[in-house]
Amino acid sequence: MSRNDVLVNVDWVQEHLGQPGIVFVEVDEDASAYDGGHIEGAVKFDWKKDLQDPLRRDYLDKTAFEALLSSRGIANDDTVVLYGGNNNWFAAYAYWYFKIYGHRDVKLMDGGRKKWELDGRPLSTDLPERPATQYQASEPDLSIRAFRDEVVAAIGSKNLVDVRSPDEFSGKILAPAHLPQEQSQRAGHVPSAINIPWSKAANEDGTFKSDEQLAALYAEQGFDDSKETIAYCRIGERSSHTWFVLQELLGKKNVKNYDGSWVEYGSLVGVPIEK
Amino acid sequence: MCGAPKQGGTLAGIDLGTQTVIQGSVWHDGAPVAGAYVRLLDGTDEFTAEVVTSPEGEFRFFAAPGEWTLRALAPVGKGQQAISAETGLNETTVVIE
Repeated sequence: MSRNDVLVNVDWVQEHLGQPGIVFVEVDEDASAYDGGHIEGAVKFDWKKDLQDPLRRDYLDKTAFEALLSSRGIANDDTVVLYGGNNNWFAAYAYWYFKIYGHRDVKLMDGGRKKWELDGRPLSTDLPERPATQYQASEPDLSIRAFRDEVVAAIGSKNLVDVRSPDEFSGKILAPAHLPQEQSQRAGHVPSAINIPWSKAANEDGTFKSDEQLAALYAEQGFDDSKETIAYCRIGERSSHTWFVLQELLGKKNVKNYDGSWVEYGSLVGVPIEK
Repeated sequence: MCGAPKQGGTLAGIDLGTQTVIQGSVWHDGAPVAGAYVRLLDGTDEFTAEVVTSPEGEFRFFAAPGEWTLRALAPVGKGQQAISAETGLNETTVVIE
């Protein structure tokens, strides 16, 4: 696995529009972005409505994931290229999700919607028509997903990478600053976690930094290659971005995303918290 | 949630006695810039959040009292504005030269 297997740039996307066997998928929390214009032919995933279980706090189970992909006309042998707003946070979450369910060929578009828009590339409001498929997902690969007990057990022993902003890490604010600061959980971070904000892995236009820059970043911040790793943020989407960097771009082993993240951890009774 | 909420509009329902709201608009060449990417940087210039401006060029953040920098990125160029925020409403304009 290398950068070229998991990441495509905007030029590549523009050259491959409409090509059979490639499905572009826009993944957003704010689905109105797609409705206002998207990459031609791209299908829409609404992070909350489509990718979250409507009742429990969890991602979709295997049957529901199969139904979603089938309804969007995505086949097992399609190359899926994901992109979205928020510097690809939710697209990276979807990438991790496709890996959980064993999709063979999935990639991110480097820079996401922002890079595409800043370049002034064309957007379309036409809705794609893709015949339904019979998608077959694999059993979930839990080697890349961490649960709360693993996080508590990892204190002081694994790399715990808190990818939120420094002010969230320190407990000064409870959520990214585009959201009202009213949350029920406690502020702070998991003891022994190192704060390497997701944003340090990206350029201002949303593209990822070079492999050399990324390798230097984690080494400088105290990331220990001999240890297993758990990344977390607030709800698991920014940590998917860092999971992608660590495992897919840098090829580090045994990296898990804790999608329960601070919304779960900061609400647990009796667990240690540092501020 | 971590989406990109609609920018601009009223502050109804937002408690300005507890929230530190930083809002304003992005301007270039005498007109507001819609669809600009505005990021809020903390006192160490680290990324804290990013929103896309409304059709009227507006942005809004929920931060904390302290020193912040707003940085706008759009196809027409880049602009930057420092702001010292207090609890309540803090308004400014970011100009792209």
